[in-house]
Amino acid sequence: MSSKGIRIEGLKKRYGGGDTAVHALKDVAMDVAPGEVVGLIGPSGSGKSTLLKCLGAVIDPTAGRMTLGDEVIYDDGWKVRDLRALRRDRIGFVFQAPYLIPFLDVIDNVALLPMLAGVPNAEAREQALELLTALDVHHRARAMPSQLSGGEQQRVAIARGLVNRPPVILADEPTAPLDSERAMAVIRILNDMARKFETAVIVVTHDEKIIPTFKRIYHIRDGVTHEEAGEGRGFD
Amino acid sequence: MISLAGRDILHAWGKFVFTGIGLGLLIGVTLTMAGVYRGMVDDGRALLDNSGADLWVVQKDTLGPYAESSSVNDDAYRTLLAMPGIAQAVNVTYLTMQVRRGDLDVRAMVVGIAPGRPGIPGWPPYLVAGRQITRGHYEAVADIASGFRLGDRVAIRRNHYVVVGLTRRMVSSSGDPMVFIPLKDAQEAQFLKDNDAIWQSRRRTGANPAFNRPGVPDLLDAVIASQSTNAFVNAVLVTLEPGHAPEEIARSVGRWKRLTAYTRPQMEEILVGKLIATSARQIGMFLVILAVVSAAIVAFIIYTLTMDKIREIAVLKLIGTRNRTIAAMIMQQALALGLIGFVVGKITATFAAPLFPKYVLLVPFDSIAGFFAVLAICVLASVVAIRMALRIDPAEAIGG
Repeated sequence: MSSKGIRIEGLKKRYGGGDTAVHALKDVAMDVAPGEVVGLIGPSGSGKSTLLKCLGAVIDPTAGRMTLGDEVIYDDGWKVRDLRALRRDRIGFVFQAPYLIPFLDVIDNVALLPMLAGVPNAEAREQALELLTALDVHHRARAMPSQLSGGEQQRVAIARGLVNRPPVILADEPTAPLDSERAMAVIRILNDMARKFETAVIVVTHDEKIIPTFKRIYHIRDGVTHEEAGEGRGFD
Repeated sequence: MISLAGRDILHAWGKFVFTGIGLGLLIGVTLTMAGVYRGMVDDGRALLDNSGADLWVVQKDTLGPYAESSSVNDDAYRTLLAMPGIAQAVNVTYLTMQVRRGDLDVRAMVVGIAPGRPGIPGWPPYLVAGRQITRGHYEAVADIASGFRLGDRVAIRRNHYVVVGLTRRMVSSSGDPMVFIPLKDAQEAQFLKDNDAIWQSRRRTGANPAFNRPGVPDLLDAVIASQSTNAFVNAVLVTLEPGHAPEEIARSVGRWKRLTAYTRPQMEEILVGKLIATSARQIGMFLVILAVVSAAIVAFIIYTLTMDKIREIAVLKLIGTRNRTIAAMIMQQALALGLIGFVVGKITATFAAPLFPKYVLLVPFDSIAGFFAVLAICVLASVVAIRMALRIDPAEAIGG
């Protein structure tokens, strides 16, 4: 596998200590190449959310190693200092619900990230508009989130996740509230964007409709990941 | 970087504006309360200014004539005039009472002014209509705030007076409009009893063997005559010749005349520091309560607005927004709310002040101090919401 994208080796996460310690992640290994979309599936309580939070630099793992692009971001207790900047610049998030900022219009919802990184407003909006055009929602650039359909909101959310060109996108149940047609449209967009922007995409899902679309799937069970080949149906 | 606070306010402007108006009415009440206090102080100063005196000579060891009752013999002014440095010494009486005009009943301070001419202490220094009192009895000059008009006949005790002149800003320290009448009438009004009381008094005196001696028939008449006249005034207003220090003359009066004399600063201290001190503390308590209530309202509103945005704040934190950006957003919203509230409050107070029955003086200093107090309260009130926002875990944006 490529050295770009995201690589996780021997990742562990323990909550608490002593007899009451909970080992949420026991041995997680993943390697997702740029431009690749992989599925992460598992039953409730298997450690999916904990893994997502570790990948998203929201909580610290207990042990293991994570590499993002060329940069080691966690290595057995050592971690990069500025996790906030890491999340802003190097990780894109797409949530189950779009969670757009209701008081910002579409273009500023997307442009907010580069603005937070210090990019001038006009330039940030240009970047945002470019992505909105790629996702075919540029005509709603000045609309408020409440004026968009569910599918449009999700596309805007994907644009927000991509706007800083992160090496990895973490998508948490991105198709859960959508019907089959829209769910497939979202997965198609994620695949297109992954290829176009050379981004590794990890999709956490329970959605039976979209599981056959992944070429590789990571199953997580009792805190341990197992890789298997997927069907990769529909996205060559 | 765009203003998150500004965008949020524009997005929910109706909520902000209406909340700001509610807060503004509270701030308006606060500014008006401060104006009431300032008005009381100004009334006290106007009272002293308008009396035209350099010294107030009153009954020994009293704080008269405004803060305590004071009786001075009405011939004391002659001996004061004989003292070096005193230019004018004029008797004056003050009596707060209900003055009637037909069915109208006005609380007023009736001032008895000595015969003379405009410009001597005690007289209204200027008129806005009519003329000064020129007759020895039954004419009056009233402050326009009393509601009296030229030609009105007003009743003070058993006598009626014709309003011949109107003046302005002549009020007592408690804001009651003044009605000026001739001194003799005022002295009579202060001690005038009803007919039954006079009859009873004469009967008691007549029954007293000490006054009704068979061998001294004129004694009873003399005693009764002395009982039915009033030879006292409340104070003597004194002006000084140039070059004489008021403190020195006041000390001299106290030493030689068995009276107490107050200078202007001392009288101001009595009025502001003693007479209206309790009212000032009362208003101060109200101001503190209103400030606390305002802070609680702002805190509650900002906290509620922030609670409504927990998920958005979690998303903002997850995508890398700095804590200080989120804190600034909340604080700016609190300040915006305070700003809207202050503008509404200032406008409310400005338009409401003239409607109050007593003088409400809105001074720029209070407005400026109030503005900064509102901002400080808003900053403090936003602290609770900021603490809550900073405790929001970015992981809340991620399911599970």
